[in-house]
Amino acid sequence: MQERATVDYPLFLDSILAMNTPVSAERRKKGPYVVIECPEKIPCDPCVDACPNDAITIPGSIIELPEVDYEKCTGCLVCIPRCPGLAIFVIDETPEDHSIVYIPYEFLPRPKRGETAMGLDREGKERCEAKIIKVIDAKKFDRCAIVGISVPKELGQEIRAIRFRQ
Amino acid sequence: MYDYITRHPILEFKRGKKVKFHFEDTELEGYENQPIAAALHAAGIKVLSFSDKYNRPRGFFCAVGKCSSCLMEVNGRPNVMVCMEPLRAGMRVKRQKGRGKSR
Amino acid sequence: MTGSRYEMPDKKSEICVIGGGPAGLEAAIAAKELGAQVLIIDDNPILGGQLIKQTHKFFGSKAHYCGVRGVDIGTVLNEKAAALGVEVVNNATVVGYYDNDTLGILRDDTFSAVRAERYIFATGASENMLAFDNADLPGVYGAGAVQTMMNVYGVVPGRRALVVGSGNIGLIVPYQLLQAGVEVAAIVEIMNKVGGYYVHAAKIKRAGVPIYLKHTVTEVQGKESVEAAVISQVGDDYTCLMGTEKTIECDMILIAIGLSPLCDLLHQAGCRIDYIPELGGHVPYHDKNMRTSRSNIFVCGDLACIEEASTAMLEGRIAGARAYESLHGRKSRAAEIARQAQKELDIIRTSPFEERIVYGKKKFFPGQVPEAKS
Repeated sequence: MQERATVDYPLFLDSILAMNTPVSAERRKKGPYVVIECPEKIPCDPCVDACPNDAITIPGSIIELPEVDYEKCTGCLVCIPRCPGLAIFVIDETPEDHSIVYIPYEFLPRPKRGETAMGLDREGKERCEAKIIKVIDAKKFDRCAIVGISVPKELGQEIRAIRFRQ
Repeated sequence: MYDYITRHPILEFKRGKKVKFHFEDTELEGYENQPIAAALHAAGIKVLSFSDKYNRPRGFFCAVGKCSSCLMEVNGRPNVMVCMEPLRAGMRVKRQKGRGKSR
Repeated sequence: MTGSRYEMPDKKSEICVIGGGPAGLEAAIAAKELGAQVLIIDDNPILGGQLIKQTHKFFGSKAHYCGVRGVDIGTVLNEKAAALGVEVVNNATVVGYYDNDTLGILRDDTFSAVRAERYIFATGASENMLAFDNADLPGVYGAGAVQTMMNVYGVVPGRRALVVGSGNIGLIVPYQLLQAGVEVAAIVEIMNKVGGYYVHAAKIKRAGVPIYLKHTVTEVQGKESVEAAVISQVGDDYTCLMGTEKTIECDMILIAIGLSPLCDLLHQAGCRIDYIPELGGHVPYHDKNMRTSRSNIFVCGDLACIEEASTAMLEGRIAGARAYESLHGRKSRAAEIARQAQKELDIIRTSPFEERIVYGKKKFFPGQVPEAKS
């Protein structure tokens, strides 16, 4: 329905992917890990405080970009709702036949476990079906839910949002 | 018929008590102390006045009392900035034509 | 009206803050913490300015509410000011700055006069308008107006929106529309890049809202109110390219193309006003202490330069502390508050997004400004 623009806003994916300390194939097999898509120098640092394992650091002043120590990151999810830019995701590629993407979610109604939504990529394109496998809506996360979705194995790196068909 | 947000993921809305008021010849409902413009917008009324020279429809623009695009006649008094003026029970609100006239 | 009329003002205060947004509230809190008698005048029923319309968590430094939603920061500041005993006159419009440094105030159709030894102006800014066919049609709103209706009064602002401009306001408001259950047709941006933060753009983009770069709105259609908009691609000289027009169905157009500082009262007070496009246009001259060319008047927030709420709050603290200091002589606590705020401000302003501001602020002091901007 939405007509694509001739001059659309390209999300500079290269810089996002480059900014994340590359996650080794070995680490990806080991368990869930965080992905921080925060490519610009803005003054912000709650992610550092959020991590219980001190895996996230911002070297120098608060306008610098966050860095992740993947040896320390356990993919525990608590940083997701703490990021004011909603730019933190956790990916779990350990299941055999699918990937799990954990996303921040600030809309109503909240998804329910077992429901199926459409998985959207960073550009908002519908790419696959996304089964809701986990919803955490804790008070301490201040009205931002964490939603875990199951997507095709290869789309774990691409799906970043969900939409329900009306 | 009234268009209010009932559920919001972040916000809770505290509204005053329901009151009746008059817009032109219709009786409408709104919440006490909300700006008149908010009550009208929720009732689907976007045209608040007509311009002086070309009689063009006008609505609010800034909604914070800066632009004077929302001047209406309230209780016979012209040039009331309805984006700021709180709604009271029984108010008579009319679309203003041009610069308005005192009644 | 003559000066003598206000020899006995209706209200007196040591420090009077005009505008109770993030900057004004912080200024009042800082001055009150130091022990001054403080009065805030605001034209809204609830203080907090733009904060009370923001559903997102703020960036910024830990000391200044980073990670807290704007609306909640508004509540915190209101409570802080109340606990300290800051006097508030709400629903009141300051209509003039008169002889003997007296303010004229209109509240409930009643005129009164206020005199203070120091004024801190934190009047904020008003939204800029854009000219296109039928731009006066109801349904063409400032983006902030829609925020007010939707997030303060809980009114559904429309069914489908087109947003013009992609600065942070142009990116945040469509996200707020989605939260309120309103459809967003598109964002158009005349430049070849998004003006606001990537993370804000990414949120709206992954929700499926297209962002048309090098596009502008050329016409709005509708009988009594907006029914559709025509957008068009622009060339390198920013004129519309024939044949690229697209009609977009929508019932509201949100204009988010920038803000202009509200400095009319300062004009009247005789403060030096400079034209500095980087800061938002006509802005009052001020030094590092936020003091204007008139020694009894300080400024802070969007009035001083169009920036972010986080920096407005820090400027507010500086203005509040320095205004107090100017009355009571050098006090180490006042200097400490101002120094601490300045330190945080300096760090924030090393961000690439702040280059314009830093450059613009230097323009108040000719001789310090490099010849041309790179």
